[in-house]
Amino acid sequence: MKPGLKRSNAPIFWALFGAGGMLSALLGPMLVFITGLAIPLGILLPADTMSYPKMLAFAQNFIGKSFILAIIALFLWHAAHRIFHSLHDIGIHAGTGAKLLCYGLAMLGTVLAAYALLVIGF
Amino acid sequence: MSKRRPYVRSMDGWWRKNPFFVEYMIHEGTALFVAAYAGVLLTGLWRLSQGEAAWSAWLTALRNPWYIGFHLVALAAIGYHTYTWFKIMPRTMPPVIVGGQRLPGWVITAGGLAAAAVASLGLLALVWGMAR
Repeated sequence: MKPGLKRSNAPIFWALFGAGGMLSALLGPMLVFITGLAIPLGILLPADTMSYPKMLAFAQNFIGKSFILAIIALFLWHAAHRIFHSLHDIGIHAGTGAKLLCYGLAMLGTVLAAYALLVIGF
Repeated sequence: MSKRRPYVRSMDGWWRKNPFFVEYMIHEGTALFVAAYAGVLLTGLWRLSQGEAAWSAWLTALRNPWYIGFHLVALAAIGYHTYTWFKIMPRTMPPVIVGGQRLPGWVITAGGLAAAAVASLGLLALVWGMAR
């Protein structure tokens, strides 16, 4: 690499955007259906599918923890990247402030999710 | 400052004049629902960490018609995200060469949509199996 050329941080955000986009494309609609419609309306799945003991056990399990963190964090990073790059299209000439706000909120959500998963314990 | 005030054509609503850009704005707009749904899940996770009473209150709140309505719209929006994600994929991934021929775009799109269908049914079966 030539001296004076700075490495771009764009590939990191793009990778998070791509990973979140892929995960939400593969599982997003079914997750919304399960947590947002099937469970509250009591259709298709057993009524106690998301009962406290079951969800606690799921969130305490290492695989369950990783799944919850991956879904929340990658969905947020995907959305933050896409919204940030769409600001220009709706006439907002986004600068560093907008970038900090978009990615900062995704980072905040990631930290909050990780903290909650730690509080829930192992 | 210069006194010149050149005419700059307004760009307001530029995307509304062309159906291609309208579609583009809608598929970019699905990100708002992905973010909102992640927010709903984060709230649930937070309630779960606060104990059984908080968790049960959150589950009850999900039965609110506003939440049901939001999830219906989110299902449509994120479902549309799935469709467009794989529709665009032939142009966002490197060309795939099979037997000296470039794999046609529709094969990549169809493969992606099939993978989404399999993953979704697998997730439903897994949740079903764990709940029993």
